[in-house]
Amino acid sequence: MIQSSKRSPLTWLMHITVLFLVVIWTVPTAGLFISSIRDKDQLSVSGWWTALSVSEQRMVSRTTIPKEPVQENGLYVLKGNVFEEGKSGLITRFGASSLKPEAFTSGTKTELKKGLTLIVLENGDYVMTSPKAFKGRGKRIFYTAEIPPRFTLDNYREVLSAEGLGKSFINSLTVTIPATIIPILVAAFAAYALAWMKFPGRAILIATVVGLLVVPLQMSLIPLLKSYSFIGSIFGVGSKGYIGIWLAHTGFGLPLAIYLLRNYIASLPREIIESARVDGATDFDIFRKIILPLSFPALASFAIFQFLWVWNDLLIAMVFLGNSADELVLTGQLRELLGSRGGNWEILTASAFITIIIPLCVFFGLQRFLVRGLLTGSVK
Amino acid sequence: MGQLASALVIVIFGVLGCAAYFYGSNFLLDKLFPSKNRSYDVVARNLRITSYIRPWLFLGPALLALGFYLVYPVVESFRLSFFGRTGEEFVGLSNYVWLFNSDEFYQAFKNNMLWLVVVPTAATFFGLIIAVMTDRIWWGNIAKSLIFMPMAISFIGASVIWKFIYDFRSGDDPQIGLLNAVVLLFGGEPQQWITLDFWNNIFLMIILIWIQTGFAMVILSAALRGIPDETIEAAVLDGANGFQIFYKIMVPQIWGTIAVVWTTITILVLKVFDVVLAMTNGQWGTQVLANQMFDWMFRGGGDFGRGAVVAIIIMVLVVPIMVWNIRRANAEMEGR
Amino acid sequence: MADLKLTNIKKVYNNDVEVLRDINLDIKQGEFIVFVGPSGCGKSTLLRMISGLEEISGGSLEIDGQLVNDIPPAMRGIAMVFQSYALYPHMSVYDNMAFSLQIAKVNREDIDTQVRKAAEMLQLTDYLDRLPKALSGGQRQRVAIGRAIVRKPKVFLFDEPLSNLDAALRVATRMEIANLKESMPESTMIYVTHDQVEAMTLADRIVLLSAGNIEQVGPPLELYEHPRNVFVAKFIGSPAMNILPAVLTQSGASSQVKFPSKDSVVVPVKTPVKDVGGAVSFGVRPEDLFVVTGEEYLVEGEIAFIESLGEATLLYVNVEGCSEMVICKLSGTPNFQRGSRVKLATAPEKMHVFDTAGLNYRNAF
Repeated sequence: MIQSSKRSPLTWLMHITVLFLVVIWTVPTAGLFISSIRDKDQLSVSGWWTALSVSEQRMVSRTTIPKEPVQENGLYVLKGNVFEEGKSGLITRFGASSLKPEAFTSGTKTELKKGLTLIVLENGDYVMTSPKAFKGRGKRIFYTAEIPPRFTLDNYREVLSAEGLGKSFINSLTVTIPATIIPILVAAFAAYALAWMKFPGRAILIATVVGLLVVPLQMSLIPLLKSYSFIGSIFGVGSKGYIGIWLAHTGFGLPLAIYLLRNYIASLPREIIESARVDGATDFDIFRKIILPLSFPALASFAIFQFLWVWNDLLIAMVFLGNSADELVLTGQLRELLGSRGGNWEILTASAFITIIIPLCVFFGLQRFLVRGLLTGSVK
Repeated sequence: MGQLASALVIVIFGVLGCAAYFYGSNFLLDKLFPSKNRSYDVVARNLRITSYIRPWLFLGPALLALGFYLVYPVVESFRLSFFGRTGEEFVGLSNYVWLFNSDEFYQAFKNNMLWLVVVPTAATFFGLIIAVMTDRIWWGNIAKSLIFMPMAISFIGASVIWKFIYDFRSGDDPQIGLLNAVVLLFGGEPQQWITLDFWNNIFLMIILIWIQTGFAMVILSAALRGIPDETIEAAVLDGANGFQIFYKIMVPQIWGTIAVVWTTITILVLKVFDVVLAMTNGQWGTQVLANQMFDWMFRGGGDFGRGAVVAIIIMVLVVPIMVWNIRRANAEMEGR
Repeated sequence: MADLKLTNIKKVYNNDVEVLRDINLDIKQGEFIVFVGPSGCGKSTLLRMISGLEEISGGSLEIDGQLVNDIPPAMRGIAMVFQSYALYPHMSVYDNMAFSLQIAKVNREDIDTQVRKAAEMLQLTDYLDRLPKALSGGQRQRVAIGRAIVRKPKVFLFDEPLSNLDAALRVATRMEIANLKESMPESTMIYVTHDQVEAMTLADRIVLLSAGNIEQVGPPLELYEHPRNVFVAKFIGSPAMNILPAVLTQSGASSQVKFPSKDSVVVPVKTPVKDVGGAVSFGVRPEDLFVVTGEEYLVEGEIAFIESLGEATLLYVNVEGCSEMVICKLSGTPNFQRGSRVKLATAPEKMHVFDTAGLNYRNAF
């Protein structure tokens, strides 16, 4: 638009402001992602923005007691490493009691009571000696270690299996795919009728669809809950199930679908449709052979909308799908975790990222259609 | 995977079923009222009949679904609002009486109003500012894409993202929530943000603003690009500076679009539910109508009467926007 | 095999806006009819009513003696070529031309033969696999025509088919349409245009419409030489016929009219006695005027304006008592000065006199 001189202070201000806003808008998601691939011990003690720096952690480890006591030079010996399998770090200080966890510098051999000695090296190896055989539980070793940054997919592994997110992922797909495709078909026919067929009451129907665009879902929940349990009792089946939620999403998605598609179909050139009519095509032929292929951009826009909407929906899933573990969709599962594992950020961040990864891929892959759809039907 | 396969099978059957319905019903109609190889009078009559019936064949499934899922429930909700817990015994206006005497409702209503003022305003404002600025820098499209991104994230996912930002650690533990870390950096005192009276509402709203700004930006950016360059060039020749051009030339020309964006976000805000449910579930003075309604639907086995009353209130708030939308759509159609 | 008979055809919108009034027209098989008229005269509506895309509000339309008022377009045996070509953008040229035959469930080989024959005729064979968007405007228009040809219709309908083409292509495509007609002498063609050159060059008969009425029907030269009224006289021919106000001073086998400038002229046209002394309009075409120096002239005036077109020169002459300038079209580039006075004359048989209602006395008697 206005071509001000390229290097004016105002231009710089603009660049900086936009950069600042972009940072604010992306940092939350970035933080979530970085946290989700951090080691869970590090995640809980330091902010994700320190992920690349060395962190100092106070930890405790328990020695293992071998079944066959090992003797060296007349003393019973216990050897091992304080770090768990696959982890490493740099020990700075250690101690043998919770009261003085940082009593000694690493590498110094220290005398404990009852003739015990303990040495912990920087790399975590320890040697404990005792005049008597070790028995019972292992001894606790307290240590302070500088842990290098560690990134791992363990969190994802855990939530996908143990927390049941893998199952939920499948459930979400099961809900989303039919709930995206069915309304498109139903709406496309209705949109064609509303755009190009002449019948009494057409204007009123279009106005009704526009009106229904804004009807809050909340209005529908209670009556539908009642209807569903009534229908369920007639057929002797449960009132909650996939068919119910597919149809519910279809019903709720239809106003936007019809509105978007009607606007698009009505904007197709009249002469093309008339030409097909002169060529002998019936309304059904025209719809199938002319309208559907030409409406592809609008169909794609709506499909993306509906996909995102259904995938991200929590309310309808909570009301129309059961709350048992094997019926939960991703959003429902995430909400459960938010309640039950509120403090376990390694679980929450990884789960959240799994729930948003598909929509993000769809978003970045098909942004063009999404924007076009928004521009033609910004009402919902 | 077996479940997914069966979902796909259902999709295929559903699609085939739909196609079969449309194909079959049209075929049947043409068989019942043939328009070929008949005398002129028969053809003319049959064509008239089929042209009356065919639109309804096309519209049928959509009308059924709309009727069952949207129209009937509106009427039924209204009826239920005069009935008791289970929706069986008539209780007159007592649900309404209860509602208007309930502190919980006033709080939810007050909060909803606050949401209605803050979120659309902030999202539209940021959207407009960003749209104007990104149109003039070479990496504007990347910036737009990134700011638009939260649009794809579910409310519940966004809630987790922001709950993490608002996280609070008591004592001397290092703060792992970004907000508290920043507060600490500037020498402030870390807070438990989501229990902070009144301000916690704002912190919840920020989540929705974060999601919706991208939407406002995309729409407004398109509207800004639709402004004829000549009007801006004329203003430059007339000696207007950048801000005057923005306020006096550009904004008035996209006023209609701003209104559309505003009302769209307003409707979304009225229905806001997931964010509150996930962040606070209405505790610490953050209740809103949609969450309250959900709460009553299931609380103690569910109270349909009271739930319906809250739904009616939300509907009443939506009606003015609905009327405005319909009038706008009608005007547009007449303009065609 | 395809006569059209329009009897009292009417079109009324919203119960009160009448766009066509009592159109009566007989079209013989093999005729090339052009509907011409200013925009809004109802010519396209009339064509669309013949095609079946627009409902007929009153009267009857017969094709081959069969009433077709309520018969859908596809069953009327017509084909239509639209102004915007109306090609199906997602189909190849081949599929565009084959579409109607596929709908009619014609077998594959027959479709192929028909399409290839039409493509050859229109020099489209090399483009059969292309999508419409990969074609030039002229090629698209040929595809649209080809799409009509393959249906072997009884009646071809053209709705301003050349309007979207640039000037050079328009001339070329016009000739193609003329050739097409020649190669299919038994098909009836109805062609709508607002361009009188197209009407003059293509038509067997022109139907000139204005404000929902037929003004005149006839072969192009008849409309040019014997316009029925002032409207036709001014519409056909470019620049338009000069119309000068005058008073009828003498009637009979040949009449006399007097201009406001007091000059009078004898016109070889019969006029009724009762109109003597009344106002009439005197018409003469610019190309029929020439400059004279003697006393035998029609009007005299000052040259206000000269337009040199190369092959012709237009003189705009201010004549006393005339609100509009009289235009005189001379061939070549004769030397005239702006501001100088000239005397204009014409041959007696080129003169037209119209009565107060605008009707030509020549046709009335």
